[in-house]
Amino acid sequence: MFIAAMFFYLFALMVVLSGAMVVLARNPVHAVLFLILAFFNSAGLFILLGAEFLAMLLVVVYVGAVAVLFLFVVMMLDIDATAMRQGFRQNLPIGAAVGCVLMAELLLVFLGGGHSGSVLAIGHGGASNTTLIGRQLYTEYLLLFQLAGLILLVAMIGAITLTMRHREGVKRQSIAKQNRRTRGGTIAIVSVESGAVPDALEDAPAAHKKLQ
Amino acid sequence: MFTIALTHYLIVAAILFTLGAVGIFLNRKNVIVILMCIELMLLAVNINLAAFSAYHGHIVGQIFAMFILTVAAAEAAIGLAILVVYFRNRGSIAVEDINMMKG
Repeated sequence: MFIAAMFFYLFALMVVLSGAMVVLARNPVHAVLFLILAFFNSAGLFILLGAEFLAMLLVVVYVGAVAVLFLFVVMMLDIDATAMRQGFRQNLPIGAAVGCVLMAELLLVFLGGGHSGSVLAIGHGGASNTTLIGRQLYTEYLLLFQLAGLILLVAMIGAITLTMRHREGVKRQSIAKQNRRTRGGTIAIVSVESGAVPDALEDAPAAHKKLQ
Repeated sequence: MFTIALTHYLIVAAILFTLGAVGIFLNRKNVIVILMCIELMLLAVNINLAAFSAYHGHIVGQIFAMFILTVAAAEAAIGLAILVVYFRNRGSIAVEDINMMKG
């Protein structure tokens, strides 16, 4: 229990420090890296709570996908980081005031709510955390689960349609156009008398030159 | 005896949530940092849900946290896509430049 408590304070301290660094970092790339650190440490907090599946999900989804997406966008866009920092000082008083008020409210609610007692990891007859989540998710919350998949699909389609663009002057392969081609539209059979030059071939050298 | 009380988790989540809110105020110009601050706030909410799930001995809090994770991922993807399109059109992502609709 002592070791668990030590790890809790370590993870909590790291989460808070890296969260502060996300806000305070001058370079957006550093901010994203501190965000990744915050996610890793909160995954540690989730493991201490007995939510192993959620912790792994946090590492896979947040660190593996969302944070890397942020990193890509930060590096792709040419941002003047110093210009972005302007107004930091003049926003500091109002930010600090709002933060103090919000913090005081949250602490009043949390400390005055009568939630005493320690947090223990959930265990039901030796079933693992993942089993418990799966049992609930695929029975009671099946519809919500499907809806979450739909949300992800919509987000994916939306992101693709937003960022896709067609540049002018770029040769592209059109599969549909290729499939619509028929024999009649492309090939013509010309009956050729022997010895005579057919009309189609009369100016063949000129056509050949034009092709080149 | 060292036991971790529920309030410890709640205080960590409160600090993280406040940091996210203050970050939105401090980095008013940079949309990417604002999006990251929103992610921090959602993370704080997830910590709260997981803590209450363990406190009440019921798994449903973790399932809610999973749904929040889904929505956060979708939100980040769409937000960053909008940001990329905006940067392509205007060459800047400063918040005060976003005034085309004169709202």
